[in-house]
Amino acid sequence: MSVFEGLKFRRVYSPIHDLDPRIKFIYVCAIFTVAIIFLELIPLMILFLIQIPFVVLAGVKREWLRSMRGAAFLATIIFLTNFIFSYISAGPENTAATVEYACALTLRFIVLVESFSVFFLTTSPDRLGLALEQTHIPYEFCFAFTTAVRFVPVLAEEAQTIMDAQKARGLELERGNFLKRIRNYIPILIPLIVSAIRRSLELAEAMESRAWGATKNRTNLYALKMHRGDFYLVGITAGILTVAIYVRLSFGIPSLNDLLGWLF
Amino acid sequence: MIEARDLYFTYPNGVEALKGVSLKIKNGEFVAIMGENGAGKTTLIKHFNGLLKPTGGSVFIDETETTKVTVATLARKVGFVFQNADKQLFSETVEEEIAFALKNFGFKENIIRRRVTWALNLLDLTQYRKTSPFMLSGGERKRVALASVLAWKPRVLILDEPTIGQDHQQKEKLLQFILQMKTQRKTIIIVTHDVEFVAECHPRVILMSQGRIIADGEARKILTNPEILIQASIVPPQITQIFLQLSNLKLPREVIDTYEAREKLLNLLEKKAE
Amino acid sequence: MSIIETKNLTYTYPGGTKPSIEDVSIKIKKGEFILITGPSGCGKTTLCRCFNGLIPHFYQGELKGDVTVVGLKVAEQPIYELAKHVGLVFQNPENQLFALSVEKDVAFGLENLGVQREEMLKRVNWALKLAGIYDIRERTPHELSGGQQQRVAIASVLAMQPEVIILDEPTSFLDPLGAKKIFEVIYDLNRKLGITVILVEHRLDLTARYANHIIIMDNGKSVLDGEPRKILSSEEALLIGVGIPKPTRLYQMLQKDKVNLDNIIPLSSDEMATVLREALKSQ
Repeated sequence: MSVFEGLKFRRVYSPIHDLDPRIKFIYVCAIFTVAIIFLELIPLMILFLIQIPFVVLAGVKREWLRSMRGAAFLATIIFLTNFIFSYISAGPENTAATVEYACALTLRFIVLVESFSVFFLTTSPDRLGLALEQTHIPYEFCFAFTTAVRFVPVLAEEAQTIMDAQKARGLELERGNFLKRIRNYIPILIPLIVSAIRRSLELAEAMESRAWGATKNRTNLYALKMHRGDFYLVGITAGILTVAIYVRLSFGIPSLNDLLGWLF
Repeated sequence: MIEARDLYFTYPNGVEALKGVSLKIKNGEFVAIMGENGAGKTTLIKHFNGLLKPTGGSVFIDETETTKVTVATLARKVGFVFQNADKQLFSETVEEEIAFALKNFGFKENIIRRRVTWALNLLDLTQYRKTSPFMLSGGERKRVALASVLAWKPRVLILDEPTIGQDHQQKEKLLQFILQMKTQRKTIIIVTHDVEFVAECHPRVILMSQGRIIADGEARKILTNPEILIQASIVPPQITQIFLQLSNLKLPREVIDTYEAREKLLNLLEKKAE
Repeated sequence: MSIIETKNLTYTYPGGTKPSIEDVSIKIKKGEFILITGPSGCGKTTLCRCFNGLIPHFYQGELKGDVTVVGLKVAEQPIYELAKHVGLVFQNPENQLFALSVEKDVAFGLENLGVQREEMLKRVNWALKLAGIYDIRERTPHELSGGQQQRVAIASVLAMQPEVIILDEPTSFLDPLGAKKIFEVIYDLNRKLGITVILVEHRLDLTARYANHIIIMDNGKSVLDGEPRKILSSEEALLIGVGIPKPTRLYQMLQKDKVNLDNIIPLSSDEMATVLREALKSQ
């Protein structure tokens, strides 16, 4: 059941949640770009830290930590493969630089995951759907998106009920070898599919009955408007981009090893 | 026998569905568990075949604690027909649908064949033996689902909201069926908020509200007690409502079904006429 | 003047071997509260689908005879045109809500029609209040009870300001209290706003008191059509096996027992109590 819990969305209010998803998306893209143009550890660390205030403001620390933990496994693999390969090519005398290089690559990956998770953790699907609509993506597509979000928890609940019902008829999912176990799911999948088809028919009927397709110029109950926060974010994004590009073009960035060497 | 001792259950999302439920249901009893949506009725009955395990207290089926055995083991004794049982069908033919559980429980081939024929016959489905369950009407599919549970002859039969979406005739048939099962000494538990249906079959009524049992007794006593019913968001049966309104005319209060009402009224009207 | 009229209406679903409704001729007057009932599979739902154009436009199949709704020939009008006049509320509340918030769902039809935002907001709020769900307008559907979901569905057809609202077994998934709320909402719409209501229901004991016209269907045909008290106390209704309200049933039984009762046939407990009080007093 806990798996399904994560699929239900709850509307949350916070300064970050209230931001226009379109601006947030641009911000994420900017972070993305900056992460790509730097391969040095220090700027990537800064990039990583910049986003923590967002997480705190949005009040999604726990969820964010969970997604970071989820990325940890892949991050480890990235670190190890890069370390091993560059160790082989660079040799044992450059271990410190090799470690730093592998760390940078790993951190780059983490920054990418981080920015995307901030976006998705702080953007409710209905706002995302609205943003899609107002960026002139065909309405059918946006509708499909929100309806999918709407019905995932419903289907998940239904799957659970069907599973319970078949267990009550003596079905033991964990019984038998690998192939048998897959076959055990047939009594769950077929009713689920049948019901999904029936459901979609009923949905179509209800849509038709509410004047679906009456006009090409559909209107919308909500309008996304830019608020003060959105302008701040635009400013922050522009700032980050400008600084990043300026630094990239004008300075050689010291590696963490060099920096530590100078300081001590 | 089914016994719950100080049963608590909290869902993983933190919803406390049962808060200290204790009850005993003896073999051969006919029980209706009633209460509003969210009172914990379905959560309670899911403990009777082990689909849910208590987070506090315990549940025993014939002296076996439900935490010690699998759902499949308990299901042999406790047959559970879900509210939307017609939605769990998946086989190519009605016959295979009914055989599904029997195979799961490891019955022998010849017994399976005999039981399938028996169940088809019991629920008047013999003509559909080779038909796909998906070709049947809603009411017929519900019967197939019921047959597929009865086929393994569980001692206890639990029906979750059996009257929902059913028309008058289907309800009548269901009533007849339950009465027939009752004469065969099966333990029957129905979960429902259909007072009119309960008023017609006179079971023991267990009234639940907010995860607790708030009343337990004869249908006649509980369904005629508006003060207690209102706590479970239930209105008394219509016949009872008539008698409650006339209570100042020295009419009996505890009347729940039409035939009874007729008799009582005839007595009274004749007496007055004399 | 009838707001809905069918003449010899016969319809067969694609691939069907026999008609689902056969030779149905009925007239529904503006402002009526109609109850359509009959055993499962008698064609009630099919008939409703003919009133807003789902039949023949969505289901296709073979339609014979005429259906006219608010002066429009159903066969010649697209569904979205009919949707402005006829709102249809379905049995399963879950499958008629698409949006992620209540108010967005209520606005769905108006958005489709391209209604301007100010006007839309006005109508959405109006509908939300009438259905008694204004306070929960920002919730998402899965946070609502079935009864609340069904009221959202009612509000969402109401927002389109139709002259007729059809409800196809709207309460069969609800508990009695949730059901009662729904009936009260639609009764208000009928009485206060004069909206014609067509209610398809099995549970006559809960609904008969609201109706001023009842149609009983059996095997695809309209078999009884008229005043509820007369129809529900008839032998035919009993034979078809519709669930006669128990107070009405009790009244019939006592009359057969030659008990002298008032001539007004009761449809609810309150009415039956009055009848009995009179009878007991007069003796």
